[in-house]
Amino acid sequence: MSDTTLEVQGLSTHFLTRAGVVRAVEDISFSVGRGRVLGLVGESGSGKSVTGFSVIGLVDPPGQIVRGKILFQGRDLTKLDERELQDLRGNRIAMIFQDPMMTLNPVLRIDTQMIETVLAHDNVSREEARQRSRDALGMVGIPSPDERLVSYPHQFSGGMRQRVAIAIALLHRPDLIIADEPTTALDVTIQAQILAEVQKLAREVGTALIWITHDLSVIAGLADDIAVMYAGRIVESGPVAEVLDKPMHPYTHGLIGSVPSRNARGSRLRQIPGMTPSMLNLGPGCAFRARCARADAACAADPQATAPVAGRTLRCFHPQLEMTA
Amino acid sequence: MTTWMLRRLIQAAFVMLVMTVIVFIGVNVIGDPVEILISPEADQAERARAVAALGLDKPLWEQYWRFLSGAVQGDLGRSFVFNEPALKLIAQRMPATLELAITAVLLSVILGIPLGLYAGLRPNSIGGKAIMGASILGFSLPTFWVGLMLIMVFAVQLGWLPSTGRGPTRELFGVQWSFLTWDGLRHMAMPALNLALGNIALVLRLTRAGVRENLPMDYVKFARAKGISPNRVVFVHVLKNILIPIVTVVGLEIGGLIAFAVVTESVFAWPGMGKLIIDSINVLDRPVIVAYLMMIVLLFVVINLIVDLLYTVLDPRVRLETKE
Repeated sequence: MSDTTLEVQGLSTHFLTRAGVVRAVEDISFSVGRGRVLGLVGESGSGKSVTGFSVIGLVDPPGQIVRGKILFQGRDLTKLDERELQDLRGNRIAMIFQDPMMTLNPVLRIDTQMIETVLAHDNVSREEARQRSRDALGMVGIPSPDERLVSYPHQFSGGMRQRVAIAIALLHRPDLIIADEPTTALDVTIQAQILAEVQKLAREVGTALIWITHDLSVIAGLADDIAVMYAGRIVESGPVAEVLDKPMHPYTHGLIGSVPSRNARGSRLRQIPGMTPSMLNLGPGCAFRARCARADAACAADPQATAPVAGRTLRCFHPQLEMTA
Repeated sequence: MTTWMLRRLIQAAFVMLVMTVIVFIGVNVIGDPVEILISPEADQAERARAVAALGLDKPLWEQYWRFLSGAVQGDLGRSFVFNEPALKLIAQRMPATLELAITAVLLSVILGIPLGLYAGLRPNSIGGKAIMGASILGFSLPTFWVGLMLIMVFAVQLGWLPSTGRGPTRELFGVQWSFLTWDGLRHMAMPALNLALGNIALVLRLTRAGVRENLPMDYVKFARAKGISPNRVVFVHVLKNILIPIVTVVGLEIGGLIAFAVVTESVFAWPGMGKLIIDSINVLDRPVIVAYLMMIVLLFVVINLIVDLLYTVLDPRVRLETKE
């Protein structure tokens, strides 16, 4: 097995609506290695979640993958049929969703929802499936898993439900987990616990992790690499420490500048002027240029991905090399 | 659970009591049965005797009291016309209506849910659209007209099915049923379908709406992300969620079908309770009308109770105990 678990090349996912084409994801490339964590950052509507759903093959119509390759352990997922994808989902590739209150089926018991996941991929007895479900609950720190197995989702708190969802994702020790803002709906202490647990598990099992979030502070503590998305494109990517320390894209600058920090106590938070553009029939050119202080005539053309430094990519004509105060 | 049950039973008893008052006053204002029952040539003395025999000379509150004290002992009075206990008359006719209504409910569930699932899962397919279009007809065509058309086509033109009556019956638990004989089933086919038509459409539309509402939910996507089969997603995850409104409506409709099978029973000359009540209203046979209405109220109360109990099976979030 190669060290690269997932390699996405030039992926474009479009939604063909009546009002026009929404280019939710446009020509993005990234890769995640075994045991590594990639943080996918961006505002709401920047295409982060659609990227995640594209990888696992669950983009709802009218959305469809129009271009690109998704190489999972060397196999191109875009070429697989539904049946083959179904074998991978929950088995080799798992996903954790944003809102733990909504992801578990409210009318089915936890054991039903866990055992069916085990039985979907492994030919084992019900008893063994139950055993494995119980162990998985124990692994994510749910006390007295035997009793909890026969509970219904509404008998759990939000944090507990997210742990159950994570336990379900871990049942088959997947090679890749896509976590779509899994801690956004939780309070900060629970968030920290879950982050620590997921990090530990990824390291122990060697699972590659794509962590989708808009929270830079989560990424800073968790991820190895970061990819910043804006209007369906990855505008900047690289090792997390480098990108956060020396951002080059004006948008990344803006994002970092709008995080409250202890150092700048009392001073006004900087915000990015303007709003995210409508993704419907987005024209050519850098999508950020309307909000960018450095934009000029050159930005009306599409900036291509460049590698200013080894291991980093950037899509900008006017990279900012110094952090301005 | 016990407290809840007890409370519900007290509520039910209260509903029944209120209904007795309403029904009793109601039948007293719709007309004087004596005018219909007694021959026009009868003289004053005969008339007074008849009125006394029927107990109609007593003041209204006393009539009501006698009815109520009889009712708690299971006696709802004797029919003016047949001079038999009203309850017995109804009980004789009840199996015919019951089997018709239950067959209609089964039809609406067996046909309505799969058609609704199909229309919900493939809303843009020709089949899905055809089902939805047809369901509007099922809703809006008047029952009597559909019944007559069924008779025209299947009994008169094609001659496949008998047009009227119940056909031969067979005894089970001391009651005569049609569905136990093949010819009885053939007699039942058209009236049952006729009665079920509106309900098939209703269940179908509810199912489709439920599917459309539930499919975009996160839990469906999560279930798919777990890699379980699409069939399991639909038939276990989605179906169990949409069953709650369906059970509610079907439960109430059972009552409706039994109570209002009148039209279908008249069209197909089905000897059920509906026909009895129409006849009784025509001759102002008060005890039968009252007894029939009381039976229907009881039926609704019982069905509601069963539906509430079913909720707890279907939706674990529904708790019957009252909060401490």
